[in-house]
Amino acid sequence: MNFLEKMMNIDRRWIYLLVGICVLVPLIRPVGLPTSLTPYTKALFDYIDKIPADGPAVLISFDFDPSTAPELQPMAQSILRHCFSKDINVMCLGLMPTYIGMIDIALSSVKDEYGAVSGEDFVFLPYVPGVTAVMLSMGESIVNTFGRDYYGIPLDSLSMMQHIRNYDDVALVVSISGSAMPQSWAVLVGTTYHVKVGVGTTAVSAAEYYSWLQTGQFIGMLGGLKGAAEYENLIESKGYTIEGFRKVATKGMDAQSFVHILMIVLIIIGNIAFFSLRKKSRQI
Amino acid sequence: MKRQIPLAIAFICGIGMIIQFFIPHPVSQRTYQEALQWQIIVGIFMAIIAIRSLFVVHIDKIKRKKEGWGYSFITLFAVLFTAFVGIRIGIGEDSLFSHLYAYIMVPMQSTMFSLLAFYMASAAYRAFKARTAQATLLLVVALIVMFGRVPIGEKVAPWLPAFIEWILMYPNMAAQRGILLGVGLGMIATSLKIILGIERGYLGGG
Repeated sequence: MNFLEKMMNIDRRWIYLLVGICVLVPLIRPVGLPTSLTPYTKALFDYIDKIPADGPAVLISFDFDPSTAPELQPMAQSILRHCFSKDINVMCLGLMPTYIGMIDIALSSVKDEYGAVSGEDFVFLPYVPGVTAVMLSMGESIVNTFGRDYYGIPLDSLSMMQHIRNYDDVALVVSISGSAMPQSWAVLVGTTYHVKVGVGTTAVSAAEYYSWLQTGQFIGMLGGLKGAAEYENLIESKGYTIEGFRKVATKGMDAQSFVHILMIVLIIIGNIAFFSLRKKSRQI
Repeated sequence: MKRQIPLAIAFICGIGMIIQFFIPHPVSQRTYQEALQWQIIVGIFMAIIAIRSLFVVHIDKIKRKKEGWGYSFITLFAVLFTAFVGIRIGIGEDSLFSHLYAYIMVPMQSTMFSLLAFYMASAAYRAFKARTAQATLLLVVALIVMFGRVPIGEKVAPWLPAFIEWILMYPNMAAQRGILLGVGLGMIATSLKIILGIERGYLGGG
């Protein structure tokens, strides 16, 4: 068996080991490679940046669960940091039971950095079944749709909710999702209630949303870990972060760089071995 | 009657909501709000049916000692325990309920999804071959995008991000838009078939 045959029949555990090394080493010893800024990340950042303090709210829909959290949670946290540092009112929503926990984790890690208070600076909306019905019902009345916040306090008693009735008082909906949920936000809420919609999505799903960006149905997009890293860089450069801010996505980009390179090398080696062996078998 | 009544409800609700959409009258608006509340209530009953179904399936597995019945036991225990904690002890920051989520649910789901990276690397090595012209095109574009979307690629070839944006903004978008239009037309056709009672799959029984 020559080298190429060996490569074609390589034990998959060697590949697993290489992937493991490529992920772990840059996480332990970050390289700190710079990430360029894409126009859609900048568009979303600029839009949020122009929202007046204590004016219309930003509704962040946490449309993801822990499976896609490494890519999406840094986006949610960065947007929360941006809003809290500018005193922009935030409503956090989870349309599935497993999404609610992600809000809890994101708020726990960010609110204390800015002294954000529930009911004054942000509202944590509880889970209500019926995804699309909830989206549409919020267009009529947010208080009537949910009744109470996640902590059980009546929404109409919260100071932040005194001037937020429905989507008329929402400046932007940001759907952070690894599924098709942002499309529902754009179609059902963006079109019906004329609310601006932004999206944060996994790198795999980002390609789907370019036509929505081109039509203006999404005002901006954070695509994958790269988008999250770009947003982290933007809020840091504008001074919206506290000292000792950990750029989780930026660190992850090093690991992603190495794994992508490994994948490219593996695919090229796999193809070289495949074609060499095919040529050899034809000659025989 | 078991079929006619659901068909009539689907027809009346479907046509009613279409007509309502075009009538900006207070009565129409109230009907719409009421319908949304009903939809949320139906969603709650769906959750009850789903929980019942989960229990029926797993209790049957445990009773018959089917292969992997132990996992069914763990599933039911997890459902009951989590519900008990949420209802009796309460939810909120630093509660046992949120700790169950943060320290059990999050690591388990993250682990399952992380394993994909290993399988994908192995699968790409074995299966991603330039066998045909289309496969070659796909392979080349995928390699370019993979390389250009990470900082190391941007460092090696500074022009690459702009080129990738072009790929995503034009060839990719053209294909995506075609798919979207097809999906949209399909959704309209399916909705009409359901409202008019031509598509009856949702009634069950084939």
